[in-house]
Amino acid sequence: MAKLIKTEEEILLSEAANGFLSQSAPVSRLREMRDRGATSDPVLWQEMAAAGWAGVLIPEACEGADMGHAAAHVLAREMGRNLTVSPFLSTAVMAATVLRQLQDEASATKMKAIAAGGLTYALALDETSKFDPESVALTAEKRGNGYVLNGTKRFVVDGGSADRVLVLAQGPEGLCLFDLANGAKGLQRDPLTLIDSRDAADLIFEEVEVAGDALLGGEGAGYDLLRPALEAGQAALAAESTGLAEAAFAMTTDYLKERKQFGITIGSFQALQHRAAHLWCEIELTSSAILNAGRLLDEDPKSATLAVSVAKARATETAQKVVQEGVQMHGGIGMTDEFDMGFYMKRARVAAEWLGDYGYHAGVVAKMRGF
Amino acid sequence: MTTATDDSQNALTDFRAEIRIWLEANCPPEMRDGAAGEAAICWGGTSWEFTCEAQKTWLQRCAARGFTVPTWPKAYGGAGLSRDEDKILKQEMQAIGARSPLDSFGIWMLGPALLKFGSEEQKQHFLPPIARGEIRWCQGYSEPGAGSDLAGVQTHAADQGDTWLVNGQKIWTSYADKADWIFALLRTDREAKKHLGISFVLMDMRSKGITTRPIQLISGASPFCETFFEDVEVPKTQVVGTINRGWDVAKYLLTHEREMISNGGNVMGAGRPLGAVLSESETGLSDPILRGDAMRAEIDTLAMEMTLERYKDQAEGGQGLGDASAMLKYMGTELNKRRLELVMAAEGSAALPWEDTPASSWLRTKANSIEGGTSEVMLSIISRRILNLPG
Repeated sequence: MAKLIKTEEEILLSEAANGFLSQSAPVSRLREMRDRGATSDPVLWQEMAAAGWAGVLIPEACEGADMGHAAAHVLAREMGRNLTVSPFLSTAVMAATVLRQLQDEASATKMKAIAAGGLTYALALDETSKFDPESVALTAEKRGNGYVLNGTKRFVVDGGSADRVLVLAQGPEGLCLFDLANGAKGLQRDPLTLIDSRDAADLIFEEVEVAGDALLGGEGAGYDLLRPALEAGQAALAAESTGLAEAAFAMTTDYLKERKQFGITIGSFQALQHRAAHLWCEIELTSSAILNAGRLLDEDPKSATLAVSVAKARATETAQKVVQEGVQMHGGIGMTDEFDMGFYMKRARVAAEWLGDYGYHAGVVAKMRGF
Repeated sequence: MTTATDDSQNALTDFRAEIRIWLEANCPPEMRDGAAGEAAICWGGTSWEFTCEAQKTWLQRCAARGFTVPTWPKAYGGAGLSRDEDKILKQEMQAIGARSPLDSFGIWMLGPALLKFGSEEQKQHFLPPIARGEIRWCQGYSEPGAGSDLAGVQTHAADQGDTWLVNGQKIWTSYADKADWIFALLRTDREAKKHLGISFVLMDMRSKGITTRPIQLISGASPFCETFFEDVEVPKTQVVGTINRGWDVAKYLLTHEREMISNGGNVMGAGRPLGAVLSESETGLSDPILRGDAMRAEIDTLAMEMTLERYKDQAEGGQGLGDASAMLKYMGTELNKRRLELVMAAEGSAALPWEDTPASSWLRTKANSIEGGTSEVMLSIISRRILNLPG
């Protein structure tokens, strides 16, 4: 396996990404977006697409940059640092991973559109309040040459704004993955107002008719097709959470060096020093898990499951610990809306639930490690 | 067209083939049982009793090839291997379950310090006997009054012209009763600031005035000793590095020690999944709370293993580990304590007798986060040197 250190290209990419994001999409942009009631940022996505990010996992033949998962993690991490709002994970990571497994003209066309920034996707997965992708009640019934979908999907990230939706449904021959327009007749979108101010919606499917070619990869093949995309998304989300943790941690240590109480900087108190040092250690371990997941997804994706779940579990927990300590160590100011720490805490909470929480991924690890 | 990279790859492939042949011809069958841990270790030294003839043969053959200390220069008893070659040697040894021919504080600690700080004469005199397993070393650092505050050592070396006169006491000297020589931190200037009055001194344990006494731990018998110095005469040529600058040597060596402790495959359960270990207990992992705790520990263990791998890769890429070794030491030892707590909990009352249970190992792990720098000292190192929080 390639070494667990960043390559020259990855270092350059992260510097470029951080340069761009801290200029064009810092936390203040998220704040401004929230204040005017928006939940997505299409202008920013165009700029990211122009930089090649939308095509990070799309083959060059389809006009993508094909940089691989580790590179996608570098980008996601910088987005986490800046709390950048974009359909990167849904579209550029997960939908792209589904589509590139299909060797047909239609998928190639879609990938070209994604890479150019002209097409966004949402993945409709959850049906309860917890991620459990294989238990699906939404039905796909065969009718004529097509299918009819009935059921409800919850917490569909980017579901309010995405052009298209990938839906996992219970078909006659098992799980089926459908690709349909988000505005399809009978598909009702109920936008959610989430704590992290980003786009998510409940999608209600009532007699939604789709053509036969909306089915990707054949009946019963839905989960096999989706699974690599979920793993890619989980790892990239873990990378985002780690970037988020790093930024929240840096804010906190900066504050420890500057805030004075009792006439001295609070960073000289050992009670705070040791807690900060411990958080640094947690971030180090989690960073290793992210690098490892990226390398495996690029080199041997079929055996990446354990690495991905370790990464997502660790990143979920690390980000939450860091933001919780971040607020506590900032004291009163950490609780104010005017200060950015709250944005980090809210995003960490949403990222913890999306694509499987700590318990879900611990369960995957347990299964693979003889528990 | 062949490139430089191809050439070096070919050279490594040849090297691997050569090593395979050599191991096949030279590693005795008894030494291929994959055994690790205390019972399988060959410590060497004048008082060493080989567990079998094969252990002696294996040591001698390895020493003749420089394979007890593969990366040391040939001039000092090593094989002068590059990092890549060393990795191949270790992989090939592991592949046939070969035991390590020799382990010692001389190899892990003193050797690296001498290579960096020792004079040419000291290197030539002290390194080859370490490589051959002839001289066994112990480490004289801690004192009753200088534990976490190591730079507070008081064992005094009085200047007598060509010699020092040493008086004082060391504690936690592992295997002092079996070692031939000791490397110790001595106070050579009582007036200077405490970090600047310490020297790194080598002493023959047979010197008149040195006595040792073993220490019994909560886990039972231990290799730890107290070591007493009463008017011990030591030639000044046995100072490593500059007089009064022994702290530099000590710090360098402590970094090595931390990496070793956190790396300790023997204490990390040799990579066996915790779930598998715990499932073997009488009642398995049926308790949901225990199961949850074990799942967390397993995730953290895997992340820790990835971190060790990452740091190794960094070191090979020429990026020193430096203060980050404090993280490995802290997280590794704390994790190990957690793991053994879980093992005890899973075993239930079956783990309570002393014999044939993990009880003694469990108790022993409590020292992991104390020896070689406590967890609290590690956190302070991270906080000051990595996070730059005010001191």
